[in-house]
Amino acid sequence: MFGFITRRIAMALVVMFVVALISFLLFRFVGDPVNQMVGIETTPEQREALRQRLGLNDPVLTQFLRYVLGAIRFDFGNSYQFKQPVADLIGRRLPATLELSFASAVFALLLGVPMGVYTGLNRDAWLSKLLLSVSLAGISLPTFFIGILFIFFFSVTLQWLPSFGRGEVVTLGSFWDTGFLTISGLKAIILPAITLGLYQMTLIMRLIRAEMLEVMRTDHIRFARARGLPNRSVYYIHALKNTMVPVITITGLQLGSIIAFAIITETVFQWPGMGILFLHAVQNVDIPIMAAYLLLTAFIFVCINLIVDILYVVIDPRLRTERSRT
Amino acid sequence: MTDNPSTVSTSEVSQAPRSAIGRFFDSDLLHSFLSSRVTVLAAFTTVVLMLAALFAPLIAPFNPFDLAQISIMDARIPPIGMEWSDPRYLLGTDDQGRDLLSGILYGMRISLAVGFLSVAFAAVLGISLGLISGYVGGRTDAIIMRIAEVQLTFPAILLALLIDGIANGIFGNINRETWAIWILTFSIGLSFWVQYARTVRGSTLVEKNKEYVQAARVIGIPAWIIMIRHVLPNVLGPVLVIATINLALAIITEATLSFLGVGVPSTQPSLGTLIRIGNDFLFSGEWWIAIFPGLALAILVLAVNLLGDWLRDALNPKLRQGERP
Repeated sequence: MFGFITRRIAMALVVMFVVALISFLLFRFVGDPVNQMVGIETTPEQREALRQRLGLNDPVLTQFLRYVLGAIRFDFGNSYQFKQPVADLIGRRLPATLELSFASAVFALLLGVPMGVYTGLNRDAWLSKLLLSVSLAGISLPTFFIGILFIFFFSVTLQWLPSFGRGEVVTLGSFWDTGFLTISGLKAIILPAITLGLYQMTLIMRLIRAEMLEVMRTDHIRFARARGLPNRSVYYIHALKNTMVPVITITGLQLGSIIAFAIITETVFQWPGMGILFLHAVQNVDIPIMAAYLLLTAFIFVCINLIVDILYVVIDPRLRTERSRT
Repeated sequence: MTDNPSTVSTSEVSQAPRSAIGRFFDSDLLHSFLSSRVTVLAAFTTVVLMLAALFAPLIAPFNPFDLAQISIMDARIPPIGMEWSDPRYLLGTDDQGRDLLSGILYGMRISLAVGFLSVAFAAVLGISLGLISGYVGGRTDAIIMRIAEVQLTFPAILLALLIDGIANGIFGNINRETWAIWILTFSIGLSFWVQYARTVRGSTLVEKNKEYVQAARVIGIPAWIIMIRHVLPNVLGPVLVIATINLALAIITEATLSFLGVGVPSTQPSLGTLIRIGNDFLFSGEWWIAIFPGLALAILVLAVNLLGDWLRDALNPKLRQGERP
């Protein structure tokens, strides 16, 4: 168990190293940092001085080390577009993205799990068939188009919910702007959160359904039935528990893609988060922001994967013995 | 298991060997295809949409790329059946006076082209790496699979965005029109190869130890010929399923990137670009500019997805047995 976790952590460190390298290469070699900082009338001597001051003449390895050490202290350099430190820009937008991701993950789990259990147990009921067909449609509709449809129905036609922004925000502590504490903030998060969570919800539902179908055929369920256990405890204690391993993997990995898909949702709803910042950076070739975003999301993904891997072992005792033996 | 249709048909085939076409008409696959109404409908829709896209220049009432045919005076005309509509424009026009129906047909052409090309690219890359990884094994295998694992940590859309951004950073915005589609195809393809590689590697590991491969190796056939001629045909089954489902994903990814404004330039609008243009007019009540291309996209993707779902179930004998109570 301990060996397994150490190995996973080592693997995570390798991934982070590779990503940091890519991020650094991007930062350093795609486009000339000096060209982006100075005006046309800067003389070659001034450029050279700036180059020297930024340390761009040092050996690449030194620069890489400096970049990594900077990144650990959240120093990612200045944005080409905004001429501000990237860390500030991202820090200001991070709460918005995290709140949106959190709300949509909660939405996806709260609806997806019961729907999956229901459709898995009552596979021939009309409601199951309806849910399944709707979920297929949900997977086929691109996220951004679902968002547009929502805006069209709920904001433009019915005028129930706002179509952009995050409403009034309350600042907690020094930097965390939360929209959860005001009515307009809560109203503003509904549409983006559902848009973002819909795909994950259908995925969780289909996954749990498939797992339930599989588990219900196994011997230990038959045995539990034969022992005369009531249906409820067979379903929820013996069956659902055994579906959890794949569900946790997929949900964990999906948490990562929620953050990635937030780029789309944020664009549709003009949600002032990290995603929009990254998108504008891609459009305007603002490399420091791209590099920092890459590093940050990689870090989040790697952490999630690590937690998922560890949870695996905690939940499934079979894995514990197998893995520790190897 | 005695009523299993597959055992019946295989025994028939073994009694009287027939041509490939004869076997196809007698196969499980066709039977399961025809017995599912949804699948037939999905296949029909897919074929119709693909033909419509392919022959867009012949079918479409206008050519949206021909500046002589469009007039800004015709901008934002609503579809037939609404007030102020124009009988020439069945689904209305967009903000530049381009006929929306023609725009959708031509847009679907670009969407499908990017979709097919990127799936082909991803499949070729993934299958080759998977074959090499599975057949050669050892350190090569470890390296390829580590790369795959690292890449799998990142969602495809993020990778495609990043690759697109980097490519634009390197090439600059010079001649963006000509580059854009190829960069797009490349970035989508590159973000989808992992699944092929992992699947092909898995089946290659199984095939590698079978007698026919060992026999081929014993008589001294070079490794690359064994891989391509002997192992490859036997590992392609699952690849077909992945490719179908990936086509839907690739189309969605293309549309998403174009919607985000980093994909196809608006001079050659794909479905995603059309939706992006329409999104700006949603609030002024001109809903058709965004909604119609969106529906076309959704129908196309849904049809392809349904086909992929059916194919996966039909080619998976384990699932077929499982369907029996």
